[in-house]
Amino acid sequence: MGDQAESQGFTGTGLACRRGERMVFGGLDFRLGPSEALVLRGPNGSGKSSLLRVMAGLVRLFAGRLAWDGASVDDDREAHAGRLHFLGHLDGVKAALTVGENLRFWSQLRGASGAAAVGEALDTLGLGPLADAPARYLSAGQRRRLALARLVAAPAALWLLDEPTNGLDDASLAAFEAMLARHRERGGMVALATHAAIALPGACELRLDQFTHALAMDEVA
Amino acid sequence: MSAWSAVLYRDLRLVLRQGADGMLVVAFFVLAAAMFPFAIGPEAAALRPIAGGVLWVCALFAAMLSLERQFQSDYEDGNLELLVLSPQPLELVVLGKAAAHWITTGLPLIVIAPIMGVPLDLPPTAHMALFVAMLLGTPTLSLIGTVGAALTLGARRGGMLLVLLILPLALPVLIFGAGAVAAAEAGLPWRSEIMALGGFLLAALALAPWAAAAALRQALD
Repeated sequence: MGDQAESQGFTGTGLACRRGERMVFGGLDFRLGPSEALVLRGPNGSGKSSLLRVMAGLVRLFAGRLAWDGASVDDDREAHAGRLHFLGHLDGVKAALTVGENLRFWSQLRGASGAAAVGEALDTLGLGPLADAPARYLSAGQRRRLALARLVAAPAALWLLDEPTNGLDDASLAAFEAMLARHRERGGMVALATHAAIALPGACELRLDQFTHALAMDEVA
Repeated sequence: MSAWSAVLYRDLRLVLRQGADGMLVVAFFVLAAAMFPFAIGPEAAALRPIAGGVLWVCALFAAMLSLERQFQSDYEDGNLELLVLSPQPLELVVLGKAAAHWITTGLPLIVIAPIMGVPLDLPPTAHMALFVAMLLGTPTLSLIGTVGAALTLGARRGGMLLVLLILPLALPVLIFGAGAVAAAEAGLPWRSEIMALGGFLLAALALAPWAAAAALRQALD
């Protein structure tokens, strides 16, 4: 490897994504180093969610290359999955399980089984008193907080968050911003798509509409 | 705790909490098998030759019933994304789901099948063959069914499609399962049928998790 500094962290070069017959974006580059944050902006349908799903490895790339510390992500999908947390539009909460059981299952799935970490994560998001309540009784905002608790319950270097603050109240938003700051202090990376104002000091902004591929313009008449 | 056992425990817990699903399969099996003495008449001479086949066909249909939900609820609530992004091989996660399906449907069917043999006039000499054949055959059905459930994920009328996909694949299990019971009834050795069923189970164990995992990745793409 020629220059180590350039290949450090999570990088994407020449990314193109196609959904069905439509090119969502093309020729997109990004670089995310330790402690850095990337905010994806753009109108609805500009491909913010698609880019996050591409970064997570859920959606196959049409063209381009994703690399972690210079090594292609495709070479070891499980290792890539192990260093990231993905939070999509869906909260992934099982209504029939309790709040604590939901969170415990997610952290077991990621190989962490520390019961202490689970309790701590619930407390961080103010869900501690609800640990034994069935998740079906949670409000939309509480469900979102439970989904956010995943980020703290099992550590991962890269957070990929799609509209993470949907339904959060002011107090939870502040707790979430503190979580982000602590994560970045420890060298963690964040890429998030949002229309809301989230305090992310020193974050880079990626405007997705400028990568919208020319093909997307020939909308069906 | 590995992803395999985490998924298994979670699915078992979900089935226990939601209770009705597991009971439904057993109730369907009992009612379907009980239809035959009414339709054909209670004469032992008429029922005895078909008893083994009837029990197997009913078990096959009963197992189909619960397969549609195998991945559907995880897909709808967002848990499937988390399962796919587990740092452990998705094949293991799939194996955990298949094991949970077998414990909640295959195992109850094995227990109830000899009891349903009574109204069908299944001779006691065939009970051992029925038990061993179902012990090997029902996990194969769960594994094949898991592939079908993954393939039809997100399709409209997925349940119908699933049955059409799975039934031809389940045919060998049906043939040798019913064959073992028929051979035992006739006082013939039924070892070779059992060996064949064991072979199918091994093949399904080796192939089904990979096929289902590939189909799940495709479903989220």
